[in-house]
Amino acid sequence: MKRKTLLLWLSYVILAGLIFYGCSTASGGKLDSTTKSDTTRSIAPYFTPATKSKKAPDAEGFIQRWLLLEPINKPNRTNTVFTDSYLRKAFDTLYFPDQFTLLPKNSEKVKVGEQELTWHALDSKNFNVKLFRFAYGLNKQVYGVLFWAVTIVNSPREMKNIRMAVGSNSASMWWLNGKEALLLSGDRRMVMDDGLSTRLTLNKGNNIIRGAIINGPGMSDFCVRFVDEKGAPVKDITTSFE
Amino acid sequence: MKKIFSASALLLLLVTGKVLSQTGRPFIHDPSTIMECAGRYYTFGTRGGGLISEDGWRWDSGGVRPGGGAAPDVLKIGDRYLVVYGATGGGLGGGHNGKILTMWNKTLDPKSPDFKYSEAVVVASSDGVEDNDAIDPGLLLDPNDGRLWVFYGTYFGFIRLAELDPKTGKRVEGNKAINIAIDCEATDLMYKDGWYYLLGTHGTCCDGANSTYNIVVGRSRKVTGPYLDNVGRDMLKGGGKMVLAAGGRVNGPGHFGRIVLQEGVEKMSCHYEADLDQSGRSVLGIRPLLWKNGWPAGGDNFKEGTYEIESERRGYALELAVDFTRMPGGMRGPNRNPDEPIKPIPSQQLADVINNWPTGNIGVRIGDYMFRPHQKWTITAAPDAGGYLGGPYFKIVIAGTDRALAATADAEVITVPAFTGAPEQLWRIDQLTDGTYRIMPKIVPNSKDPLALISSGDSTPTLAPFDMGSDNSKWNFKAH
Repeated sequence: MKRKTLLLWLSYVILAGLIFYGCSTASGGKLDSTTKSDTTRSIAPYFTPATKSKKAPDAEGFIQRWLLLEPINKPNRTNTVFTDSYLRKAFDTLYFPDQFTLLPKNSEKVKVGEQELTWHALDSKNFNVKLFRFAYGLNKQVYGVLFWAVTIVNSPREMKNIRMAVGSNSASMWWLNGKEALLLSGDRRMVMDDGLSTRLTLNKGNNIIRGAIINGPGMSDFCVRFVDEKGAPVKDITTSFE
Repeated sequence: MKKIFSASALLLLLVTGKVLSQTGRPFIHDPSTIMECAGRYYTFGTRGGGLISEDGWRWDSGGVRPGGGAAPDVLKIGDRYLVVYGATGGGLGGGHNGKILTMWNKTLDPKSPDFKYSEAVVVASSDGVEDNDAIDPGLLLDPNDGRLWVFYGTYFGFIRLAELDPKTGKRVEGNKAINIAIDCEATDLMYKDGWYYLLGTHGTCCDGANSTYNIVVGRSRKVTGPYLDNVGRDMLKGGGKMVLAAGGRVNGPGHFGRIVLQEGVEKMSCHYEADLDQSGRSVLGIRPLLWKNGWPAGGDNFKEGTYEIESERRGYALELAVDFTRMPGGMRGPNRNPDEPIKPIPSQQLADVINNWPTGNIGVRIGDYMFRPHQKWTITAAPDAGGYLGGPYFKIVIAGTDRALAATADAEVITVPAFTGAPEQLWRIDQLTDGTYRIMPKIVPNSKDPLALISSGDSTPTLAPFDMGSDNSKWNFKAH
């Protein structure tokens, strides 16, 4: 039985408890025994605080600097519900004010229902952004979650006919400068260059990428880069969070 | 070709019938290698004349080659075409005293003011007694050193190789022909990746539906041989690995010709001794040429049907971007009764899902193949839409619907609710040399560039230039 299947199985048995844990954690409730025993929770192995200086993507063009919002509680017992229609509705839902236009600041807090969530400006130490570790390290819920991610891409010139290339666990939706770039639906694993946008233009100067990643059970993460017409990574850009 | 080739066979060429291989009147015997000249395709056959095609799919008579005789070949050298053919020989005149002649023309278009053949010159011959019959010639311009070779012969003795002057088309003075094979006729030579390939036709010629003609090959590091087959037999001892035999409703492939359209896209021409759907007449065949482990092999022309269209990139399938509709049931728990009766579960049907699909344009993506209705594509020749070398333009629709795959003006792919026959809904399908396929729209609106269906990501199709070096450019058709 594969890990994912096993996880799904386990979810039938124990996930309800985990979800309840997630809900209760989000509202400042009790931790279960597993988390209680983990006293070394930290995002440090996976992230460093973003600095004021601009950051280039990694050697393969992956964008590592992101403003990440602590997970929104979005209980789902299974990822099989992530059809296109479900996702469009889920991502169109307004969770916090100015959700599609806000350029959040580091440490800024937003209210989502009963949750008070914080934006974190971070640099991922990996090519991908390990949202599960982000949530786990911050003692937040890890399953039944919806993450928001924002970054500013500074382009030295107008770049036409490039594509945003995304992989995500699980489903996700991405916007460039307020316009939908792509939707990755279904119960997905993160694979580099899984889904690509249609041909896009990066404006000279600042461009804003906004992403929403949703997961029920599973280790949430994503990776994003831009590629040119030949699939080669775009690397002569920088990222910042303000 | 052998002497049982008769006038009655030629009479058959006047009969029309159901088209299988090419449209128009593609009736020919011993076709020369297909040449492109000023935007048209040409091939010449035995006893003079030839076929012309505007698009490579519809062929009609109209080619002009004087001299009669048998089994010509054509090679473009510089800006001229060198035509070679066999006069008499092959028992056509009652014996085996044949002659090989060459002549030049600046164009193959008989309507061109430049159309004029030079006087034919004899470059090889057989005396009717020797172990060779000078007929069925072919030409090779060696890409390594520019030397020009002619090869000729039939089952009466050896296949011989002689050198010509590429400037004059005449025999190199003092050149002595050498033997390179036996038990062949209609030979051809080609070069690829350090190997010379000698293709010969074995079997029985000119007996219609009973002809056993088939094309075999051996290879050598030197143009002069020895040409060995895949088990090491010299073609001088009868060796040869099969390239193409009978199949479908056509039999007797012979007279191989190679056409390289671009890297990875190759075709072979031949005739079929008989097309059973066309009165058993001899017809022009054009099909993909594959390369497997260093050996050429005849590919299959695309067959209409319902397929998974699988991306060679990751193995995912082209599909409509619609909600995945779950089948009833789900994970079966471990506590089910082990003795419960086993019964089949019906596959998801189009009717189960189609009402959930949008009615307008729907996007296309690539996903895990689950034999679901949004992943099954029915591909049929589009009526009256013309074609290209080796195939007609196809329409590609979701099985059971008229929802058609189409190219967009921004070089992406979508589906439209109904096939209209618009050129952006017509698709060219070429099997590539590695056995995978290239899929190209006839046109991309507002674009002059030939673009192909490409996997820009595992889950994302687009239109972009074809690249044989990338699996992003390749697809497979799987009939489940």
